[in-house]
Amino acid sequence: MRMSLKKWHGSGEPYIWLNAGAVSLCIIMVSGLLFLIAARGLGHFWPTTVYQFSYADVSDNRISLVGEIAETESVTRKQVGTADPLAAADEAFEIRHLIKTGNRDHVGLDFRWVLAEDMGPLTTPPDIVVIERREWGNFYGYLRGLQIDGNEAAVKGDLWQALQGKIEDSVAVFDEIRHIEKDLIGSINYSMEKIRLRQRGLEMSGELNSENLQQLDRERAGLQEEYEGYTRKLTDLYTTLNKVALIAELSNGKTIEIPLAKVVRAYRPNSMNLLQKTGFYFEKLWEFVSDDPREANTEGGIFPAIFGTVMMVMVMAVIVTPFGVVAAVYLREYATQGPVTRLIRIAVNNLAGVPSVVYGVFGLGFFVYFLGGSIDQMFYAEALPTPTFGTPGLLWASLTLAILTVPVVIVATEEGLSRVPRAIREGSLALGATKAETLWKTVLPMTASAMMTGLILAVARAAGEVAPLMLVGVVKLAPSLPLDGNFPFLHMDRKFMHLGFHIYDVGFQSPNVEAARPLVYATALLLVLIIIALNLTAIRIRNSLREKYRAAEQH
Amino acid sequence: MQQNNTEKQINVSYAMTETNEKKISAMEDTGSHAIDMDSLIDRHDKLNLDTESICIEVRDFNLYYGDKQALKDINFRIPEKRVTAFIGPSGCGKSTLLRSFNRMNDLIDIVRTEGVINIYGEGIFDKSVNVAELRRRVGMVFQKPNPFPKSIYENVAYGLRIQGVNDRRTLDSAVEKSLRGAALWDEVKDRLNDNGLGLSGGQAQRLVIARAIAIEPEILLLDEPCSALDPISTLKIEELIYELKNEYTIVIVTHNMQQAARVSDYTAYMYLGELIEFNDTSTLFTNPREKMTEDYITGRYG
Repeated sequence: MRMSLKKWHGSGEPYIWLNAGAVSLCIIMVSGLLFLIAARGLGHFWPTTVYQFSYADVSDNRISLVGEIAETESVTRKQVGTADPLAAADEAFEIRHLIKTGNRDHVGLDFRWVLAEDMGPLTTPPDIVVIERREWGNFYGYLRGLQIDGNEAAVKGDLWQALQGKIEDSVAVFDEIRHIEKDLIGSINYSMEKIRLRQRGLEMSGELNSENLQQLDRERAGLQEEYEGYTRKLTDLYTTLNKVALIAELSNGKTIEIPLAKVVRAYRPNSMNLLQKTGFYFEKLWEFVSDDPREANTEGGIFPAIFGTVMMVMVMAVIVTPFGVVAAVYLREYATQGPVTRLIRIAVNNLAGVPSVVYGVFGLGFFVYFLGGSIDQMFYAEALPTPTFGTPGLLWASLTLAILTVPVVIVATEEGLSRVPRAIREGSLALGATKAETLWKTVLPMTASAMMTGLILAVARAAGEVAPLMLVGVVKLAPSLPLDGNFPFLHMDRKFMHLGFHIYDVGFQSPNVEAARPLVYATALLLVLIIIALNLTAIRIRNSLREKYRAAEQH
Repeated sequence: MQQNNTEKQINVSYAMTETNEKKISAMEDTGSHAIDMDSLIDRHDKLNLDTESICIEVRDFNLYYGDKQALKDINFRIPEKRVTAFIGPSGCGKSTLLRSFNRMNDLIDIVRTEGVINIYGEGIFDKSVNVAELRRRVGMVFQKPNPFPKSIYENVAYGLRIQGVNDRRTLDSAVEKSLRGAALWDEVKDRLNDNGLGLSGGQAQRLVIARAIAIEPEILLLDEPCSALDPISTLKIEELIYELKNEYTIVIVTHNMQQAARVSDYTAYMYLGELIEFNDTSTLFTNPREKMTEDYITGRYG
């Protein structure tokens, strides 16, 4: 049966199609975005095949290369610049590969474009070794021997096994060195600084006398002794660490030494089976989320950034919830409803629309310089001119984001308060409860789910914010986490790393763009996952609260 | 409405005791006009307001919503430990008057009052009166059951906790006593920790009454407590009111004249904000002084 267009239009069917279409478009866009960053980011950790081949350079010299194919594209001859004057078609396409050759310290470049036409046959020798180093990026080549104390060591049995054993030992030594340097000596330095500040404080208040000076010197001497003990131990460890090196051969036949102190891990991707590759993959993935960054953030992990992001969001949530709730309770329950409250409400709603970088500027001017500066004058005068709170840090970043997100919490809480039925309030008041008691014991618990909704929105916004943070506390590389073992454990004055800023930094400020690009995607994926995780937690709490009070709202 | 109730009654009648069945059918039989006069005369012939001790006294009381006067020059006295019913058509000010006794009207910004209401001789609008304390003495049950979204136990203990009672044993015994007083104990004693919102309408209303009597008020205000309930629950609440009047002064607002006739000792008829007639229930229903009252109770009103 044919339906006239008018009838079809009148039936409402086109709107259903339109709505369904819009919804599917949204779903496709979101899943497409997630798929793109997941595919680009997660592929990076997979051990790809390393090829050996030779190619002819401009002056027709054969050059032997070892490396991974990072990217393949087709370009016009004209674009490549090798247009043959005799060929009519400049627009003919050529395939070219981006080869990751590593060995930055020996070849200068670790990525290069090679035309497929110029390349000889690709081979995949099983004994090609990839060595991840603490400096200069990856090494690609062949293992030739081990060296102990400058002399080549005779290796019994399998050289590869022996190397793996040695690497394990040196990594253990390296970790111990790092533990001593960072944690133990770090905490001595922290105490030393405390002593210096105490002395300066006494000096400033005029209470410094020989007696307490002696006391301070004694403490200092104790710490100094402890420190020297650690340095001796460190020297020993460094000697052991630097004893062993490996001898490797580059693709051009040159032999080099790589001290094991510089080696993170060595693997032979061409002789790994699927199971080994999978194991390697998860090992790398774990390193990515649990380790500190190396090499200007282009290698290693991003744990400090994850930690900083979550920490900042939590501190912000702790600050923003009481503020927003108190403001909403006043606006809805106590303030006389009239033009003034209406004006305040409009102002609050508009505050949510102010560009976030403006908040950053405000945070820098008011919190950091004014508030922080005053706090330093009053409580940390002995540390001046080094600022303690008068410089960007975790506290100020969280506060800035708290004022950025407080309108959301206010609006959501007000909404929740207005949903509490009048009958419940009257029931409580009729039992002799005062207004405050009614609020505290009945109304606010019933509003909890609405507050959580506000908090979810606030967290979602805060976790993704980067611009204001660059002004008030986020740095490219923070020397220490804001949470550690030194009293008072949570250091709100410290600068921290943040995933959003990390993406910007690695993606656009990195010296080695090609190497960093996969990490940008991986970091972006992680940021999205963390926001989802934070939100899911909040949503679960909210749903359980809502379940508890749902029936009351239907009454 | 009548038909509806009959249906409900059929559905549940097998579960009822014989006496209850009789009472219910009595309720159904007495149509909206007829009132069981014999039992009224029988029950109330000994009442005389002049010999009662007075609990609430209302003198020259006026109440305004903004410019609109809702209560006009109300004067009457409510006796102690009796059930006093307010009847009258919708919008006549019964509920407003009731809500004045515990100053619930204070919550509405535009309300303004004149005149005096005394409870045991003390003016409730005096500056020295603590409103929360007044409301503790004058409990209230609302039209729709409004249990808090808390456990049954916590609902009943709410008023006591507000007063700072946190001793578990005191609370336990008060909760049991109140729930027994509200004839709910047997139904909920095994699930005191369940959410109060899970109760049926009639149970929830009795829970709310238990909550109100847990703080041992002197007066209990009931604002159409049965209007949202089915006949069986209504009957239970009415029996409860009959029990409770031994200990509390009860003021009840009702739309249902049979209910007023059944449960109350004294009745006030109000119309358009004025108190038309106030007398003991048997006199008011059998021999009304005013023509308006007679028209209303015989159904000729409107």
